[in-house]
Amino acid sequence: MKNVATVNVDRGPIPWTERIYLGPIVRGLGVTLRHFLRNVFGKRDVATIEWPEVKRQYSERLRGRHILTTKDDGSLRCVACYMCETACPANCITIVAEEDPEAPVEWEKRPLLYEIDLLRCVFCGFCVDACPKEAIIMSRQHEMAFSERSEAVVGIEELRQKGPIEDEDLGYRPYF
Amino acid sequence: MEFLTAHFVEIMFYTLAALTVASAVGVVAFRNPVHSAISLLASFLFVAALFVMRHAEFLAAVQVLVYAGGIMVLFLFVIMLVNVKRLDPEQVFLSGKAPAAVAAGVLLGALIAFGYLAGSLGPVGPGPEALRMVDGAVAGNTEAVGWLLYRQYLVPFEVVSVVLLVAMIGAIIFGRRDAGLEEGGGRMEQ
Amino acid sequence: MDQPLYQFLIIPAVKIVAILAVLLLVVAYLTFFERKVLAYLQVRLGPNRVGPKGWLQPIADAFKLLVKEDLIPSKAERFVFLLAPCLIIVPALLVWSVIPFTGETTVFGLLSEPIPAYLTDINIGILFVLGVSSVGVFGIILGGWASNSKFSLMGGLRSAAQMVSYEVPMGFAVVSVLLMAGSLSLVRIVEVQREAHMWFFLPGILALGIYFICGVAETNRNPFDLPEAESELVAGFHTEYSGMKFALFFLAEYANMLVIGSLVAVLFFGGWLRPFPNVEFLAFLDVIPPFFWFASKVGVVIFIYMWFRGTFPRYRFDQLMAVGWKWLLPLSLANVAVIALGILVKNHLLKG
Repeated sequence: MKNVATVNVDRGPIPWTERIYLGPIVRGLGVTLRHFLRNVFGKRDVATIEWPEVKRQYSERLRGRHILTTKDDGSLRCVACYMCETACPANCITIVAEEDPEAPVEWEKRPLLYEIDLLRCVFCGFCVDACPKEAIIMSRQHEMAFSERSEAVVGIEELRQKGPIEDEDLGYRPYF
Repeated sequence: MEFLTAHFVEIMFYTLAALTVASAVGVVAFRNPVHSAISLLASFLFVAALFVMRHAEFLAAVQVLVYAGGIMVLFLFVIMLVNVKRLDPEQVFLSGKAPAAVAAGVLLGALIAFGYLAGSLGPVGPGPEALRMVDGAVAGNTEAVGWLLYRQYLVPFEVVSVVLLVAMIGAIIFGRRDAGLEEGGGRMEQ
Repeated sequence: MDQPLYQFLIIPAVKIVAILAVLLLVVAYLTFFERKVLAYLQVRLGPNRVGPKGWLQPIADAFKLLVKEDLIPSKAERFVFLLAPCLIIVPALLVWSVIPFTGETTVFGLLSEPIPAYLTDINIGILFVLGVSSVGVFGIILGGWASNSKFSLMGGLRSAAQMVSYEVPMGFAVVSVLLMAGSLSLVRIVEVQREAHMWFFLPGILALGIYFICGVAETNRNPFDLPEAESELVAGFHTEYSGMKFALFFLAEYANMLVIGSLVAVLFFGGWLRPFPNVEFLAFLDVIPPFFWFASKVGVVIFIYMWFRGTFPRYRFDQLMAVGWKWLLPLSLANVAVIALGILVKNHLLKG
């Protein structure tokens, strides 16, 4: 990359009045003092969000805790096809499939064991993208604190949809 | 209690003197050089206390400020940067210099005996009260030292400062010769 | 009242307990104020959850430090590791014995005759403060060395070099004040400021600037805090310390800050004197106890410390040493010469 046009900007030597830097020092002190006086005595506009009284606004498609959706009769939509387990980059989903005797179609599967290790999950949403049955979606619930590590591995009972789907705080899900 | 208040000065002196000698012995007795340095620091502080006992408070403060606070710090710098090694137990005691040690001990004993004998004959100089006298009036040690240093001994004072300046310039020149060891990688052009 | 026991044991013991108790409480709450002031400077809130509006935060911090596990690194030199915090906290607390808080006081009329409110007044007061503060440097060097960690050793040595090199212009700035005051005793310096109708910061404005900048460098505060900056050297010389030993390092730093603030107040701003102490017109201000004036002057200096911390970037270590030796030392020498010249001229004019 030779012969690139350059512009030589030479501002000359810095005068000693600028080199001792007293002017910018005083101006900097003035800026912080102004911030201090305004926050203590005047209108307080700090950048702090005082959680938990005030919470941040997250986006509509936030990828939070997973929900296993159910059909109208209460059974899971999931057919244990292993697409989500294969797509997961963190290998946090564990599925054990069994035969579904109550299915309307012959030789349908359902999950006997469906576990997500929420400590390993990176909340990327690949499982939602991979699922062909819209059986797993994500809500906007992001505050999940555990007291023990064993509580982080959640199964079907914790993950399944609790009531009508409109009642959940829905986050990331496939649109039709 | 009466004994304490009557002989307070002697008790203080002997305690401080014993502690000073003990820490001075510790300087040469410890194997770890940093322990020796700490022991030397302790001996400086006890000597400063002895100065205070003799109404030489300015000397005590300057002893702490310069000796303990400046010179010992530089000692510790050198010990830590040069990583002076610990001595083995065999190396500590005498290590083959017994005749020199005996000669030095005999000379020191003779010096102490001579000083005691000379002191018991009568006062040698102006006495300890001179440490705080200015023009015959009691004024405090600072004023006395200042009066002497800047009037009677002004030329030696200036000569000593020139000697220190020469030593400092020599040290800087020797330090500059060692290229590449400057702290921070040298000055950047502004 | 005049018995030796009362005079030499009881009253000083009460004073010592009072000074230490107030000092430790003030230092603990100084950590809280630092966090709050820094926060407001940086457009955020400080700690405001523990207790009402966060005022119990220092208590929680003290409790946490007390119950923390007391680690000693395995290869560390045990005796020196334990000695270093002592070597830094004892001088920081010892200088408070000579700092004058007020003049004579009757403690709001509780005592029948006024007693001086400081512990003692020795005739080398300022020299005692400088000397004892310089022993505190040992705590830093030995703490850094005893941790058996390269970061700690480098942090300790750098910090000690910085402290030792900034003691020199600080001493010269103090010398220029001593020339004006004529005595080393701190109480006498305040008295001279009252008699001369002038606080020493007016002729000694350059000395005040030099002294304060050297004070900031002595206590390893921003912008001179490279030896203990978190992003540079983990935590410098006190990386390996935990629990109460770390608390002692922390306490010593804040106590040193308070000492510098007190000395600025005493040397330059008249100590416990009210503004215009000889003007009869303002005599109604005498109902305010003189300790309030002293405390407010120290408080302003502490605020300026925190203001500096919230505003400035850090000096690199060679720039730091260059400022100390190449700029502050010649400036302080010139300042001494100018003030000495001024005093000579004034005496000549007064005589002739």
